[in-house]
Amino acid sequence: MNVANIQVSETPLVLYALRRADDALILGHRLSEWCGHAPMLEEDMALSNIALDLLGQARELYSYAAKVEGKDNDEDRFAYLRDVRQYRNLLLVEQPNGDFAQTLVRQFFYSTLADLYWRAMTASSDATLAAIAAKSEKESAYHLRHASEWIIRLGDGTVESHARAQAAIDHLWAFTGEMFAVDEGERALIHADIAIDPGSLRGRWLTTLSGVISEATLELPQTDWMQQGGRSGRHSEHLGHLLSELQSMQRTFPGQTW
Amino acid sequence: MVTVLEREADLRQRAWEAAATVVDPEIPVLTIADLGVLRDVVLDGDHVEVAITPTYSGCPAMNMIALEIELALERAGFRQPKVRTVLSPAWTTDWMSEEGRRKLHAYGIAPPQASNSRRALFGEQAVACPQCGSANTELLSEFGSTSCKALWRCKACREPFDYFKCH
Repeated sequence: MNVANIQVSETPLVLYALRRADDALILGHRLSEWCGHAPMLEEDMALSNIALDLLGQARELYSYAAKVEGKDNDEDRFAYLRDVRQYRNLLLVEQPNGDFAQTLVRQFFYSTLADLYWRAMTASSDATLAAIAAKSEKESAYHLRHASEWIIRLGDGTVESHARAQAAIDHLWAFTGEMFAVDEGERALIHADIAIDPGSLRGRWLTTLSGVISEATLELPQTDWMQQGGRSGRHSEHLGHLLSELQSMQRTFPGQTW
Repeated sequence: MVTVLEREADLRQRAWEAAATVVDPEIPVLTIADLGVLRDVVLDGDHVEVAITPTYSGCPAMNMIALEIELALERAGFRQPKVRTVLSPAWTTDWMSEEGRRKLHAYGIAPPQASNSRRALFGEQAVACPQCGSANTELLSEFGSTSCKALWRCKACREPFDYFKCH
């Protein structure tokens, strides 16, 4: 039996692809937890559909990371055989589903940036990343519309739904700062036109966000303090629990296929 | 006299036609050629490689489509055919053939509109009911029974229907 964690050569480009792949995989997994539990059938299908898109994006990015790394790793090994500290996703995407409002606010914060981000990444000088971006940006446009409609429906709905949506915004806001943080390795990729600087999208992100939030009669928190750590492998306790479920089959029956 | 080039063109055509018989397992009235998923057929000697492009990143039909292509080519006499997935240029519903649109409509699924309508954040879409033709319809859910479809309802004939989303 070999259940040991894999070793990853974390060059800037491998790390870059893994970070985006981890975002998509973990958020997709969170959404898939709603399958069979969503408040209505249409939403059950919508969240599962979005989860599937994200899983597809994760697979492309993992496969590319494996190709760049040029070792024995592949999409499955990246997903199933790395421990919490090796995951590089945003803290935002690993936060528990909570109630429906919390799931949709998390999705809304992520999708407003993902939509802008992938659209800008279609101009990457890296042909594979540009191709992955061209597929992802089409999907994220639908994800953003879906989440935006729900923010308005919940915020401008009943007293109860408004209170829950506002509570979710207040709770998750501190996890949004990390989306714009860039380390040295990624800065070099940005200079080489391989990646784009998420910081350059922050103004437009905030404009889209504020428009929807205000139409929903909700408010953005005035706090500046932001929680960080996911990009360097320092996670909240929630990710470990998520991975124990996501990886349980491969950890129990290593190399199992069907 | 048949030249080598003519023979190659003929073989490639045969391979394309064999691959083009494969249907989408989720919407079996559409072939992968109708959908625009079948992108290219390349011959290297007697070996054939088919390029397909996914509709959506996570579309679970792609694995089955790739397998069906290999089987179709083997049945047509090609040995060890290969299927390659290409991401660029990204698939769009604008590649769906007129024939494909007609078949979708006849099957009861409203065909996709032009892709330039997809960006509007809360843009109004007008989708005609594939059953009765009425334009008096409403969106029930942006996400339907498969990645590529949305769920609509006709307010004239009261029937729900699938709309193949523009992408």
